[in-house]
Amino acid sequence: MSKVQFLLNGQQQSVEVPPMKRLLDVLREDLRLTGTKEGCGEGECGACAVLMNGELVNSCLIPALQAEGTRLCTIEGVSTDGHLHPIQQCFLERGGAQCGICTPGMILATHQLLDKYPNPTMEQIQEGLGGNLCRCTGYMRIFESVQEAAALNPLAGK
Amino acid sequence: MRSDVTEYELSAPATLQEMLSLLAAEPGKYTPIAGGTELMVALGVGRLQSRSLLSLQHFQELRFLREEDGHVVIGANTTFTDLRRSALIAEHLPLLAQSASWTGAIANQNRGTLGGNIVNASPAADNPPVLLVYGASITLISASGMRTLDYNDFHLGYKKTQLRADELVHSVRIPLAYQGYRQYIRKVGTRNALAISKIALAGIARTEGTRIAEIRLGAASLTDRPIRCLAAEKALTGASLAADSLEATLQAGRAALAMEAKPIDDIRSTARYRSAVAENLLEEFLRSLAE
Repeated sequence: MSKVQFLLNGQQQSVEVPPMKRLLDVLREDLRLTGTKEGCGEGECGACAVLMNGELVNSCLIPALQAEGTRLCTIEGVSTDGHLHPIQQCFLERGGAQCGICTPGMILATHQLLDKYPNPTMEQIQEGLGGNLCRCTGYMRIFESVQEAAALNPLAGK
Repeated sequence: MRSDVTEYELSAPATLQEMLSLLAAEPGKYTPIAGGTELMVALGVGRLQSRSLLSLQHFQELRFLREEDGHVVIGANTTFTDLRRSALIAEHLPLLAQSASWTGAIANQNRGTLGGNIVNASPAADNPPVLLVYGASITLISASGMRTLDYNDFHLGYKKTQLRADELVHSVRIPLAYQGYRQYIRKVGTRNALAISKIALAGIARTEGTRIAEIRLGAASLTDRPIRCLAAEKALTGASLAADSLEATLQAGRAALAMEAKPIDDIRSTARYRSAVAENLLEEFLRSLAE
């Protein structure tokens, strides 16, 4: 067992876990944050995506020990003071979420995308979300949600 | 079946020297892990053989990208995102910027490293063909020092390389010598993001008038390892791209490539498809040179 400490959604956390335990399982089982989903478990679907030090990563491919000292943001940390983040609000209003399994990963991938490209082209949106699979929407409503979120410029000044 | 994670040990040595000492003390005991985009997949499906792993992901001294004496030197811990963000790579080594951009999707590129892609040594790996055509050298580090090899000599067979059990990749070094070369790369897979190549071909060439003065070709999934296509290069060096000889040049290139292609049938494709498409990619590159 290893003691692993990180900053999770703004709060310092410390867990005692097997060092090779997947960060995904640490989040879901040890910390009871079940917003992060498991899809393929192989890094191909993006359902388990979180932000690590501000960068999008697949938590199913990260051994717990490598989270030591990092700053993590999961879907639970995206909203503030009980209010949905504008990206979440856009997914809600535009039908970007259906069954919901891919949605946390899609939101975090959008977060990183808009950090890098505040006004993304369709090509940039498609590449930014290229590692996230959705089996419900056919993607068009997700792309529209991202465009809407970009139009609201939610990350301005952050 | 998923592995039981409690059967695995992982530690993060405080320093690179400490890690190299551990590797030297018991060669073969430990498997180094960087971004985890390969080994954690193996863990997930119960195929991770080694029970003892050492993380090297935190060694910032292996994560660098700098210009040095007309070369670019890239540390093993450099991620694909780092490569894509480098203006130096974009300007001088566009094929590497391209191969990095299709090594998995963004979340994989934020974690996966160039060193990891090299030592995993998959015949389908995205970046080795580019390193081969760019004439890279590779520097390996161990407790007993560093050694540098021509990257052409690094891959020995299916997932076999020159890397000893007590060594890590330190860096790769690529000459910034390809201004004026025509450059080509194409990957054929089932999906843009994340697909593993069925076949990929990278090439650079210098023409003098309508003659091919120099050509280098590198391929993924054409044999049991990433290769330079030396037979095709030989057949094409000095060949004419003039309208009345182009067809003969294309045929000579295709025939030579067919001779050295030894692809396999697997879940992603068939040997026949791979050979045929590799020849088509070569033809596409050659036709672009003739334009």
